[in-house]
Amino acid sequence: MAIIETSALTRDYRRRRGTLRALDALDLSVRAGEAIGYLGANGSGKSTTIKLLTGILTPTAGTVRTCGLDPVPARRRLARRIGVVFGQRSVLWWDLPLWDSFAILAAMHRLPEGVWRPRVAMLVEELALGEFLAQPVRELSLGQRMRGEIAAALVHAPELLVLDEPTIGLDVLSKNALREFLQRERNERGTTLFLTTHDLGDVQRLCERMVIIDHGRAAFDGTAADLARVTGAERVLVADLAEPVDSLDLPPGARLDAVEAAGHRVRLSFRPGEVSAAALFASVAGQARVDDLTLTEPAIEDLVARIYTRSAE
Amino acid sequence: MLSARLRSQVVYRGSFAGDLLAQALLSVTEFVEVYVLLHNAPVFGGMTLVQACVVYGLSSMAFGLADMVFGQLDTVNVAIRTGQLETLLVRPVPLLLQLITADVQLRRLGRVSTGLLIYVWSLCYAQVPLDGAGLALIVSAPLAGMLIFGALFVAAGSLQFWLIDGAQAGNTITYGGRYVASMPAGALLLPVRVFFTFVVPATLVAYVPAAVLTGAELVWPFQPAMAWLGLPVAVLLWAVVGLLWRAGVRRYTGAGG
Amino acid sequence: MTNTEPSRLSRVRALWELAAASFRRQLRYRVAIVATMVTNVVFGLVRASLLLAAVAGAGGMIAGYDALQASTYVWLGQCLVGVIPMWASSELAQRIKAGDIAVDLLRPVPPAGGWLAAELGRAASALLVRVAPMLALGAITTGLAIPGHAGDWLLGLLSVALAVTLAFQGWLLVNLAALWVLEVRGYLNLYMIVMNLLCGLFVPVSWFPDWLYAITLATPFPSMFQAPINVVLGTGSPWLALGVQLAWVAGLGLATQVVLRRGLTRMVVQGG
Repeated sequence: MAIIETSALTRDYRRRRGTLRALDALDLSVRAGEAIGYLGANGSGKSTTIKLLTGILTPTAGTVRTCGLDPVPARRRLARRIGVVFGQRSVLWWDLPLWDSFAILAAMHRLPEGVWRPRVAMLVEELALGEFLAQPVRELSLGQRMRGEIAAALVHAPELLVLDEPTIGLDVLSKNALREFLQRERNERGTTLFLTTHDLGDVQRLCERMVIIDHGRAAFDGTAADLARVTGAERVLVADLAEPVDSLDLPPGARLDAVEAAGHRVRLSFRPGEVSAAALFASVAGQARVDDLTLTEPAIEDLVARIYTRSAE
Repeated sequence: MLSARLRSQVVYRGSFAGDLLAQALLSVTEFVEVYVLLHNAPVFGGMTLVQACVVYGLSSMAFGLADMVFGQLDTVNVAIRTGQLETLLVRPVPLLLQLITADVQLRRLGRVSTGLLIYVWSLCYAQVPLDGAGLALIVSAPLAGMLIFGALFVAAGSLQFWLIDGAQAGNTITYGGRYVASMPAGALLLPVRVFFTFVVPATLVAYVPAAVLTGAELVWPFQPAMAWLGLPVAVLLWAVVGLLWRAGVRRYTGAGG
Repeated sequence: MTNTEPSRLSRVRALWELAAASFRRQLRYRVAIVATMVTNVVFGLVRASLLLAAVAGAGGMIAGYDALQASTYVWLGQCLVGVIPMWASSELAQRIKAGDIAVDLLRPVPPAGGWLAAELGRAASALLVRVAPMLALGAITTGLAIPGHAGDWLLGLLSVALAVTLAFQGWLLVNLAALWVLEVRGYLNLYMIVMNLLCGLFVPVSWFPDWLYAITLATPFPSMFQAPINVVLGTGSPWLALGVQLAWVAGLGLATQVVLRRGLTRMVVQGG
């Protein structure tokens, strides 16, 4: 069953000079229980899609069904069945203890005590919110608040969880605990996950399916492995070494780009399809002591450009 | 949900007391204006000082109550600009209800209590006959006034969906309405009087009931029976602004902010 | 010494640029300007109604104001609403609390001077868009008695500049309390309520009962609003009004400097 179904979904914005087509005849079908990463550069149509899916925005043309409902007329009914986390904006009550936000949201969703209390207790446990539950939200750190935001969106056990550019919580999202929690939430409840971002790293960890949107059109729709194959995009591993090296023996698919800082830093690029980051790291660590490393994903603009050159060939 | 909001205000007890005091003082300075006008003109717009005090007390109380509940709608434009409106729209509770309960301003009780004090005092001083009809009017008028001002706040809030940068224009009907309602309407130039009766029904809030209660002579186009118009007008106004609000929200979902 | 003082001329130039930037910023919000004007006109009509009714009720004259002068007072006042800073913005206090004030201190102009320049620029743009429509509307609706002499207008303009300066200084002093106390918003609200009442915004201060009038004259508030109206209206000697304004500007300016210096020393010593 499809939880999100759009057909030729189009949205124009009227601007002082002419109109701007933010979304151009998008066809998208998401099955219940899927985890989908929705990628695009700024201004590619990501937020427009979210607004259309949640009923905040009326389509110019085409149709959209979320949880089987027409979002705009059924906005409040839909709100009971979806949870939205806005990365840039807080849905929590700023000057009240975090716990109060959950209680207020439960009241808004008209959940009986017997339902929401155990649910919130579970979320508090899983997301480790216990120690700052009594603190006003404004006193929380960014990471703590983001966990609170995710819990707030899940209080009413929605069928669909939308994470809109949770950029400020990246560190949180990449944490294993959260990933496992979302995975369990999907397995047990069949919750669908819809994550928008402009950062490839985010989605690779959480989602098996990726949609790349560019100028309001879907430029790519497939698995992470497909994407790597189609684009041949390379990831970059930068390692800081305790002792300088001149050269390294690397596994096939990886390449030494540069040796910097008098041999203390190496820059390696590799194709994710041919060698994994873990294997590459193991190979480097076998030859030198590694102090620190960073992994850089290909920029989304880069991927889009590669997709287009590929399809042009 | 509401109780939580109220709690969060009283938490900052020191600044809450200061705010309460400021609201009361604000209301007193508005009263000084009425007083100064009547100090110079013994009869002002067909009313004596005591009669004008009934008008002021009644309007101040009604406005204070409405401001306490609906005053938050002043900042719809801010919610639009910051995108906070989107987070409210994905919740299963009507938008208007969420905005109102987001911040019920208990400090406005400062104004309400000053208004109440002046209202009761001047009613006693004017020796208003306390028959059944008189009592009914004394009690119902502030409530009708609160409903009218509440509707005006919603109307001004709705306009902000169209005039995001020009939210000020809405002040004409809310704070302008308050200003007009606090004065004897007989003092208004005819076009102003007509606008603030038939378009923005501010004169019906306090002037007409107060004149009927204290036996002041009504100016054109008012009739004694209009003292009872408050509640029906409030209902009618709410029906109209309800539609306006819905149109505003539709405009927002149509244009996408 | 290698560290040369910037010349006085270049310092004035810097202040001028700050004022000009603030002037241009205001004019960008066209919808806001129109909305403010609509509000201003409606309030002007209501206020003119009330004052005319009072004059009529008093038998044609109150404290030297006849109907036409009362009407003129209202419309000149409507030109100044939004020009004279008289709202309870605690912007500066928040900057102090957030530590952003350090940015202002790093600029090569004296902080109070920089803020005042921006305020005067804002006021100039507000005045520019208001004067013609407000006076035209006043003339059409309830009538105006205004001077024909260009000299009177120039004196009036000077008085407006002094009034803006003075109102800004008062606002600044209350905001600077943030250097000592935790929350200034309450004080600022109280100050603004008193200032709004006593400056002559609602009714001419000479209409006040004697006891209130006496209190009012002992404060700087009439010099923040009533004074420029009196100068244009020709009520009393314009030179006296300007002299009183200047004296208050000097007095509050001195107070501001003292408070600012002490407060900043404290901030630097205690590290905010």
